[in-house]
Amino acid sequence: MAVLALSDVSKSFGAVRALRGVSLKLEAGEAHALAGENGAGKSTLVKILSGVHRPDTGQILLNGSPVTFGGPADARHAGVAVIYQEPTLFPDLSIVENIFMGRQPRTRFGRIDRAAMAEQTGRLFAGLGVELDPEQAARGLSIADQQLVEIAKALSRDAKVLIMDEPTAALSGNEVARLFGVVKALREQGCAVLFISHRLDEIFELCQRVTTLRDGTPVAEDLIADITPDDLVRRMVGRDLDALYPKQDGVPGEVALEVHRLTREGVFTDVSFRVRRGEIVALAGLVGAGRTEVVRAIFGIDRQDAGWVEVGGRRLRPASPTAAMAAGLALVPEDRRQQGLVMDLSIDRNIALAGLAEVRRGPLISRAAEHARAQDWAVRLRLKFARLSDPVGVLSGGNQQKVVLAKWLARKPSVLIVDEPTRGIDVGTKAEVHRLLSELAVGGMAVLMVSSELPEVLGMADRVLVMHEGRLVAELPRASATEESVMSAATGRTAA
Amino acid sequence: MTALSEATPPGHGGRRLFDRVTRVRELGIVLALAALFGVTGAVNPTFLSFGSIRDILLNSAIVAMLAVGQTLVIVTRNVDLSISSIVGLTGFGGALVLADSPAVPIAVVIAGCVALGVVCGAINGLLVGVAKVPALVATLGTLYAFRGIDYAWAGGRQVNAADMPESFLSLGSRSVLGLPLLALVALIVLLAVGWMLRNLRAGRELYAIGSNPDAAVLAGIQVRRRIMTAFMANGALAGLAGVMWAARFGTVDATVATGKELDVIAAVVVGGVAIFGGSGTVFGAALGALLLTGITSALAVLRVDALAQTAINGALLIAAIVLDRVLALRVAAALRRRRYRDAR
Ligand SMILES: Nc1ncnc2c1ncn2[C@@H]1O[C@H](COP(=O)(O)OP(=O)(O)OP(=O)(O)O)[C@@H](O)[C@H]1O
Ligand SMILES: [Mg+2]
Repeated sequence: MAVLALSDVSKSFGAVRALRGVSLKLEAGEAHALAGENGAGKSTLVKILSGVHRPDTGQILLNGSPVTFGGPADARHAGVAVIYQEPTLFPDLSIVENIFMGRQPRTRFGRIDRAAMAEQTGRLFAGLGVELDPEQAARGLSIADQQLVEIAKALSRDAKVLIMDEPTAALSGNEVARLFGVVKALREQGCAVLFISHRLDEIFELCQRVTTLRDGTPVAEDLIADITPDDLVRRMVGRDLDALYPKQDGVPGEVALEVHRLTREGVFTDVSFRVRRGEIVALAGLVGAGRTEVVRAIFGIDRQDAGWVEVGGRRLRPASPTAAMAAGLALVPEDRRQQGLVMDLSIDRNIALAGLAEVRRGPLISRAAEHARAQDWAVRLRLKFARLSDPVGVLSGGNQQKVVLAKWLARKPSVLIVDEPTRGIDVGTKAEVHRLLSELAVGGMAVLMVSSELPEVLGMADRVLVMHEGRLVAELPRASATEESVMSAATGRTAA
Repeated sequence: MTALSEATPPGHGGRRLFDRVTRVRELGIVLALAALFGVTGAVNPTFLSFGSIRDILLNSAIVAMLAVGQTLVIVTRNVDLSISSIVGLTGFGGALVLADSPAVPIAVVIAGCVALGVVCGAINGLLVGVAKVPALVATLGTLYAFRGIDYAWAGGRQVNAADMPESFLSLGSRSVLGLPLLALVALIVLLAVGWMLRNLRAGRELYAIGSNPDAAVLAGIQVRRRIMTAFMANGALAGLAGVMWAARFGTVDATVATGKELDVIAAVVVGGVAIFGGSGTVFGAALGALLLTGITSALAVLRVDALAQTAINGALLIAAIVLDRVLALRVAAALRRRRYRDAR
């Protein structure tokens, strides 16, 4: 009998029918994948299983009998542990406190047992190979580190059902391998697992069964052993896909971005490189290698301690994103909720935000121009939405990412920096984003791409720069960049 | 470095620095207090006399207790403006009962005032936690409402010291072990609440709610109930402060404690409690109260005129906040460097 199951569940948000007649069974000792394009309803399903949303119709079955989850606390008591798509940490509290909030171990007198918390966290982190200081506040953690903390939080629960909504979206190979090691062990102990990812190879590695959703409707349930990744893509998008990495070769022009001996004490040291017009340069490395920090400093969000940045031959004023934007730089940040979007603002306004100059008519902003521009990008990126005037916050995770991309691409910058550009984006649109980036490069834009997904790095980049512990350790031209060569540089096994 | 098994785990150096840093905020106020007493005492030694220090402790006891209560609310990303009215209502109510019905035991009057405070706090809690009215608006409303009830009840009447039993008034001036009783009460409340905030689940959950309200819901925290509790505890302390006020000053009418809420919030902020919730301690808040009271007394001793005093208080408040901000940035940079060195 299934530990946790959904029977004929439907859920609507206003006019949007997020789920229609979905049934799903999570069996003990089985890892079940949920596949589907952005906005297919995966996260909605997760939130129903975790008690955040109530189904409009249909039932949740716990060990075969119907239950009603009044809130996340109820689901938790039933033994359901959840990693949500967007991190849900308390920035002011330490990592340990984040992991145990609401269910801290207590001594006999009701006092929180800090020693026990520290000890359990130590064991969890050792198992996952996480090297964060547990007493550190969660504020300022990178997206990947936040995800690792979320993972530790869910795993600390001795759950009967483990639900993971894109836990790996910002992680690189090493962390994913460790996570899978732990999850497989849990599965063998009889835990039921629900796993969501847009990286299909992960689904094929971890899971035994996969349910595919399309526009909220279940279209198939297969045993992983019976299908191929191409079959799965067809079920998700209803057609065959074009090449995932439609890379066109550009002709490198003059240097558009030059980074000279950039150093931020304690974060990265002596980073120098150039990006030419017409080139896509990837910045690869493990989580925590300092890639995001480098691009943040280039764009002027953080102040460097030494070194400088030149755009089109002119030196940038340090620590000034305004100056960077004026010089033609654009940054698609990794953390869309914190840095990329204004969640309460509408989709079209968010897209127009980075290029207000172009939708201005005199001192006023033209709503019509804003709208036309948003409409254009919405179609190009296959944005799934009800109305362009809806707040961005109600979009699915992947669709929010598309809005961030649209916002910066619409500016037509001369140097485009993208940090995890396809984080949480489905396979179909991923190919589209790759095609766009490639086109932009061929059209003379200089593109600097940070990505934790190795195939994306290898498939898209003209050159690969590899970082290890805050230093640039290798530069590999497209021809000699292989999974092997990049990984050995990223793990510090080869010197530059 | 995060993901490499061969890297060494962060050492205790980082931990110790982290501990030190979290205490820095309180430390700063302690230093400011020391400077205040040092300088003022040098100019006018009577400031350091036993009697003068006793007075400062007495004067800060009520504000400190209110600051402790207010901290409970502010860490949840809310605020309670109505406390001055709760103090007024309970202070006047308590005095009236004592004056008109001498048969009622003092302990019962005190308990009654605390209970009345809890009721007022519960009304705030319902408005904010359940009806989801923003705290600033809700408690601004109850600030006027509670004061209105107070006025209506008093009907222009004033209770004088002569009307109240001597045994009650002596509570306001008595000393135990050399400490004024009221200061001792405030100290006990401070230690108890400080312990609970640090060591009980409920306490940590208040911080969680203020730090990220949405995540608090997902973590299964009973947000509504916790916010209710914070407002009710704050109301209880305001009720207790009301009786303390009556005992200390003897003469009470319906205007008691008017405007006090701003002094309290100032003390909390000076004490390093983040106004947007999630961080700060009651110890900081109480020290903030002590500092602000100390400054007022010092300015009086130094014969600064009363109008200038208000301006100086304001300037100090801003200075405290700026200092806090600068300190926080410095500390973040130091931590970053420290972590880097540990990782090498
Ligand atoms: N709170 C909400 N209010 C209104 N619409 C919502 C809300 N939550 C989700 N939706 C809509 O429901 C649909 C399904 O969203 P959901 O987040 O479940 O997609 P998803 O499959 O998780 O996609 P992704 O792969 O991008 O994460 C989307 O069209 C989304 O806009
Ligand atoms: Mg989702």
